[in-house]
Parts: sequence; structure tokens; C-alpha cells
Amino acid sequence: MKVLACIKRVVDYNVKVRVKADNSGVDLANVKMSMNPFCEIAVEEAVRLKEKGVATEIVVVSIGPTTAQEQLRTALALGADRAILVESAEDLTSLAVAKLLKAVVDKEQPQLVILGKQAIDSDNNQTGQMLAALTGFGQGTFASKVEVAGDKVAVTREVDGGAQTVSLKLPAIITTDLRLNEPRYASLPNIMKAKKKPLEVLTPDALGVSTASTNKTLKVEAPAARSAGIKVKSVAELVEKLKNEAKVI
Amino acid sequence: MTILVIAEHDGKALAPATLNTVAAAAKIGGDIHVLVAGQGIGAVAEATAQIAGVAKVLVADNAAYAHQLPENVAPLVAELGAGYSHILAAATSNGKNILPRVAAQLDVDQISEIISVVSADTFTRPIYAGNAIATVQSTAPVKVITVRATGFDPVAAQGGSAAVEAVAAVHDAGTSSFVGEELAKSDRPELTAAKVVVSGGRGMQNGDNFKLLYTLADKLGAAVGASRAAVDAGFVPNDMQVGQTGKIVAPQLYIAVGISGAIQHLAGMKDSKVIVAINKDEEAPIFQVADYGLVADLFEAVPELEQAI
Repeated sequence: MKVLACIKRVVDYNVKVRVKADNSGVDLANVKMSMNPFCEIAVEEAVRLKEKGVATEIVVVSIGPTTAQEQLRTALALGADRAILVESAEDLTSLAVAKLLKAVVDKEQPQLVILGKQAIDSDNNQTGQMLAALTGFGQGTFASKVEVAGDKVAVTREVDGGAQTVSLKLPAIITTDLRLNEPRYASLPNIMKAKKKPLEVLTPDALGVSTASTNKTLKVEAPAARSAGIKVKSVAELVEKLKNEAKVI
Repeated sequence: MTILVIAEHDGKALAPATLNTVAAAAKIGGDIHVLVAGQGIGAVAEATAQIAGVAKVLVADNAAYAHQLPENVAPLVAELGAGYSHILAAATSNGKNILPRVAAQLDVDQISEIISVVSADTFTRPIYAGNAIATVQSTAPVKVITVRATGFDPVAAQGGSAAVEAVAAVHDAGTSSFVGEELAKSDRPELTAAKVVVSGGRGMQNGDNFKLLYTLADKLGAAVGASRAAVDAGFVPNDMQVGQTGKIVAPQLYIAVGISGAIQHLAGMKDSKVIVAINKDEEAPIFQVADYGLVADLFEAVPELEQAI
């Protein structure tokens, strides 16, 4: 079966972002960009499904700027067979991305679509669920375990109280949580091979998708800073402060 | 304006996060209706009708909504919600699972995890793991929003007397089924609702050592949390994780033990009223947000603290 893995180019998780002086957004000039960590887990899961003989082909797709080709090449080096970039320089909302992915799903007809549960820039946690709504597929969000058997997939999900397992008919949508797997590193020979793998570039117009949005970001500000308090010298002093100064115990 | 709030519950009891979500709805203004969807949820519906400020409770009691599978509940919410000005749900794993599916069905963008209401169409929400706060305006005819519970003080669970109305609509997509669940059992308060939280990090060294924190927590009536490092190392189960990718907490007192204070973790607890950090590394970033820092070996300091209070 064919698996579609979806990835997003985001600011690297090690970068401490700064808000721009004009409050129009965060400053991404000369900042290291990477594949969203949850998306790496999505690609890894697809590769493991192929290694198990469950998946026959892995198509990796990204919606983003021209430079997102770097992250698609990374995914190809990790084991994806071919890549699709739906190129858009705009900052698209989750719904717009889900509509574009729906067009790719219609074109590619995968049995399983794997996405990260959220991107670490916008922190929306929406795209997978929205794609599931648009395609009418079942959704296994925040997955910590994925098992394909016949025409169904069992997904163990991380929920507030612990774990929940659901069974979904294929085709289905899966979004990854942290503990689903530990992504591998790409080897040098695979990075070289990835350069020769096919990468198709499409546009929202060519897919006939409108990316209009009902959300508008008015401003982006730095959070209120929390100032460091004091160091206490002993447990006794700590207890005294908590009782008499902070009055919390 | 009439606002539809989706009740958060486990089939038996109403979850406290619902009260924070109703509080957010009250800030927006207008009549508040609450939808309770599930199976055998009479008790939840009764509790919901008593929430202060709720005008009407809609009850969709059907086998198709048991375990609140999003494939079945989202079409219900989209159908009912189309006539409302706003649809709100708590940003719990359940709310996050269902609401984007509702938004896409209504062809509107969602605003995730709001922490304040600026006006009826404008809200603030954290982005980049809480390192920036975005002010977002929605022009959608129905504004679909998840609410971060720690941003809003809960409304009173008692005092209301809402009308209860049954909803007949049944949506059964047939694409998904519930197999089972493994829920952690604990006598301690729930992490996101606790007034005091004691959390342990990699410095705890192993799962057994968390007993130190359980003892301290029981004396304080506290919930016990953990950093992602402690969860990833297998010391404790994942539902104890506090952080951007785990639970977001804002208790009166947060005691971080053996936690270095990665951005990931700070994003989940930095809105706590008072933060105490106990760590033997005086350079640990956690001290930059702590009101009271104690540079000490936790294996000595924690038992001493437990004795002293």
C-alpha cells in the first residue's frame, strides 16, 4: 500500500526565537530551519512500515516555500521514495494546508496518511484532523503505536488520562506523538541517493485550491517575562518563605 | 450571540476543564449552551445543567457517541454548531481531537488554545512553545476555538439551572471503532486541576525515586508531574508529562525537583503562581523562572522538606 507522509519546514527546535520589533511576527532571518520534529516521526513511521513490508511506496509531501525542498530531500534520504512540494510563499493556515493535502490525497490515493500532531511554530494541532474531515477518513491522532492488519489500522493514542486504542478502516489519517518512534539519522550514501529521487513541484492554483483564510494575525508579542526570584540557603528558609512570604502552604 | 460549549467528560463525570471553557465563553458574552455527547451520560448532563451561567444543555445520548469518536461527534457538533456564533471546547486531548474536524466541516479556520479574550472576534494564543503570543482575529461566521484551561478561572460548578434538551441527531460514520483504553489510576488530584504540583525530572535518576515526590505530594495534597526527560527515560508514564507537548499547568505552587528547565518544560508551567526549584546545578535554567531556588541534592532536600511541612 501507498503511504503519504506530510512534513513542514519550521524553525529548528533548538533556536530561541525572538519577536520582531514591529510585532509583525518572529524573526526568522538567518535562523536555522529544520523538519518539524513530529514530522520526522511521521517519516520514520512510514519508513518502518515499508521495512516491515506493509507499505510499498512512500510519498512525502510538503506545503511551503521553495526552500522546503531541503526538508523533502532529508525525508528522501530517510527512506521516502519520491517527493511533492506544493509551493506557496504565503503563511498558510491549517485549513488551507489541509485543503492542499486533500488535493494531493485525491491525486495519489494513499491508504495511510501520516502527519505530525502539531508544528512547533504555529502550535495549531489542526491539520491532520482537518484533512480527516475533508477526506472523510477515520483519524488516529497523537499516535504512540500503529499496527496495520488487513484493511484496518489499530492506533494507540496518547490521551489525557493515559492511552486509548481505536481501530480505523483504511484509508486513514494518523498524527504522531513523541513516543511513536525515535527517528533515525540519514546516512551519507542515502543523502547522496536522495538527490536523484524524483521531486515534483505543484502550486495551489494547479491543484485548484483556494487558500483564503478566516484568521488574521494582528500582532505577535513576547510573553510577559517572569523574573528570577531569590535563592534560599536551606530547606528551613524555603519553608519559612513559602509559609510567610508566598503564603502558599 | 449564542455560544456552544462542548462539555469535557469521561462518560461518568464532568471534567473541571469544562468550567474554564464556560468562563472563556462568558468573557466573549452572550447566551451559553453546552453540548454533552456520549452514551449513558445522564449524570454528566445533570452536573452540566448546574454550571453557573449556562442557559441550555443539549444532550446527545447515543451509542455512536460513546468514547466520543471524532468521526461521529464532529458531524454532530458541526450540524448543531452551524447556527451559533462560537463553538468552544477545552484544549484537552479530546477537544484537540474533535474540534479541528468540526472547523474543517464548517469550512472555517480554528483558533487553538486561546489564553485570553480581547473581544468577541479577537483572542490571544501562545505560539513557538509559548515564546511568543499572537493576537488573532477571526472573520468566520462561526468561530471555532479551543481554550487553554489555565488562561481562565473556572466558573462555579453550582448555582445554575439550565434547561436540558435531548438531541435526536445520530451520526455514525462507520469508519472507526473503540478498542480499549488504559487509564492511569491515582488518588491524587488531577494535574491540570491541582493547586499544588510537585514535578520530577531526569535528576530523579529512576522511577523508584519518584516515591520521594509522592510522599511529599501526599503531604501537600499535590499532584505529581514530570519533565519530558523523565518520561522519555521511562521513569514515569506519559500522562504525567508537564510541558508544551504534555500538560499545561498553572497551580498556586509548582515545585520542580531535579528539572533543568528546558523551554519545552517551562512552556507547560511558567504561569504557575509560585515556582520553587530544587536542583544541584546552580546554573540550571529553571532558576531563571523560579521564585525560590534551592541549590541542593534533591535526595537530601526533598525528605527534609517533607518533614518540615
